Amino acid sequence: MKIVVCIKQVPETTEVKINPQTNTLMREGVASITNPFDEFALEESLLTKEKHGGEIHVITMGPPQAIDILKNAAAVGADKVYLLSDRAFAGADTLATAYTLAKAIEKIGDVDLIICGKQAIDGDTAQVGPGIATRLGIPQLTYVAKVREIDPAKKKIVVERMLENGREVVECSLPAVITVVKDINQPRLPSLLGIKRAAKAQIPTWTAKDVGVDEDRAGLKGSPTWVSKIFSPETRGGGEILKGEITEVVPLLVDKLMDLKFIK
Amino acid sequence: MAKLIIDAETCTGCEACVSSCPFGALSMKDKVAVVDEKCTFCGACVDVCPVSAITLEKDERAVTVDTSAYKNVWVYVEHERGKVANVSFELLGQGRILADAVGCQLCGMLLCDSGDTDGFAKEAIAYGAEKVYVMESPLLKQYRTDPFSGGAVALIRKHQPEIVLFGATTQGRDFAGCVATTLGAGLTADCTGLDIDPESKLLRQTRPAFGGNIMATILDYPQYKPQMSTVRPKVFPMPARSEGKKGEVIKESLPMTEEQVRTKIVDFIKGAEGVNLIDAEVIVSGGRGLGSGDNFKVLRELANVLKAALGASRAAVDAGWIPYEHQVGQTGRTVRPKIYFACGISGSIQHMAGMKTSDIIVAINKDPEAPIFKIATYGIVGDLFAVVPALIQEFKKRLGR
Repeated sequence: MKIVVCIKQVPETTEVKINPQTNTLMREGVASITNPFDEFALEESLLTKEKHGGEIHVITMGPPQAIDILKNAAAVGADKVYLLSDRAFAGADTLATAYTLAKAIEKIGDVDLIICGKQAIDGDTAQVGPGIATRLGIPQLTYVAKVREIDPAKKKIVVERMLENGREVVECSLPAVITVVKDINQPRLPSLLGIKRAAKAQIPTWTAKDVGVDEDRAGLKGSPTWVSKIFSPETRGGGEILKGEITEVVPLLVDKLMDLKFIK
Repeated sequence: MAKLIIDAETCTGCEACVSSCPFGALSMKDKVAVVDEKCTFCGACVDVCPVSAITLEKDERAVTVDTSAYKNVWVYVEHERGKVANVSFELLGQGRILADAVGCQLCGMLLCDSGDTDGFAKEAIAYGAEKVYVMESPLLKQYRTDPFSGGAVALIRKHQPEIVLFGATTQGRDFAGCVATTLGAGLTADCTGLDIDPESKLLRQTRPAFGGNIMATILDYPQYKPQMSTVRPKVFPMPARSEGKKGEVIKESLPMTEEQVRTKIVDFIKGAEGVNLIDAEVIVSGGRGLGSGDNFKVLRELANVLKAALGASRAAVDAGWIPYEHQVGQTGRTVRPKIYFACGISGSIQHMAGMKTSDIIVAINKDPEAPIFKIATYGIVGDLFAVVPALIQEFKKRLGR
């Protein structure tokens, strides 16, 4: 099995806020982390390799410091890691990002399985996984909560997809793209040896030229969408604390909620 | 390549741009702002610079197409198990407002088995569609990525809508990305606001980013059509239904065979009672304060009485007290019910990112300092094992259950 895992470096987004007085972003001291859903994607590749053998290639697209998350990936057991970094990639929306990642996956070549996290926690789009599958002309399985079976010889995979009201069990041919949710596994921590090995790992940087990207289709230039404005969401003020004995406050709360007529 | 240019002469060193950058790409050097390779050309700094020292130089767009042929607002009419999804009706309601602002027609896009066409098309028309474009095939009876994206691409290529809206459901978000990629069109995910720019008549798509801590308004460059968005359920109100309305139904058939569909549905495992957090009007949610999986039964009982769905914080899921399907928050589901009961949930930022747009939030927690009280509409400081049973009794009494 040749597996590619796509990961993204994201700010610890919950700490990014807008200063209500100045309407500007406050991001001092905000750490950069591996997108949490991508940790599950990486772990799934390790579990798959343990069962079926093969090699794991991890790619990320980002500025030079995104190399940090590739080191983490190498420390837990990725065989090869690559940084896709070029000014021509900057400002990419999901269409341009999926195009660029697909070009890199084509360069890696002969891939059986591509694993992505369900979505990244900074943009929350969930569009890049399907975009990669479509660009590569291979099927996709999104919201995967469990891989039931992989048959490398028959080029087949069976997964459970987490939908709103239950789980759909789907069979699909390989190669395919799967995007995974949190329930799928428990990501491991790197070993000390792994960290030492990763520190010495050679991490190639691939530019637009290296992966054969048409610069008109990458980055800001290849993106149909653009951000016209950012602003602070309406803040939600604290409401009313109901004080008193339970025998008083509970009927009072029920009164207020029944008045809304949503409870029938 | 695009460039961000900072005029060192004009820059006063006020640092307004440094804190405005979502990506930390700006810093000060010799009292003048400088930009590094983290810049994504989002333009946030351009807007905040008080002396207009920053300009964003964008390239000529590579794509040139005749966009004048693209007309009308389309809403994807989603169906599952023989029923049209409510979010499709909500989008027809908002689609009406957009179509009126643009001055065009509102249409439904339906992908289904020919036996279902009449019923589903009638629903779409009753909720405001003037026309319904239908792609028919037995392969479209039940959702799968290949026939649905193939069908949508064929209809869009042939009839050229200006705007296409999908519900941001697992279905909509599964195939809208394929459709946009095939068409080379823009797609904005999980929108919570949509309107039309009065001058350019372009679609303004507003959505939360960075875990809901910022809102961004996204536009498509005018060379790209259609403009496509997935839109969060329950953001727009259900429009009124009008019986007996007439609309035109345009049918096509999908030239695809079962052999061309690369996935096969083997089984469907129905979720537990109360697991559907997305459609729920009321959610009863529990966190660390529950103390054990067994203790969730008190919340289950409240959920049953209220016909509500059952939610949980990450802490409760990670402790193994309740399955992941119930998790609300950044690494779980984002919900927007009318009423959200947070019981024994302190209110981590990650949890609040998934539920803070609920209409009414009721918080029950022992700790008066719990952050959840800062966003709660109503709060009760107290032991949930005393408060929740009292709530069950009181609701039972009022509802006659």
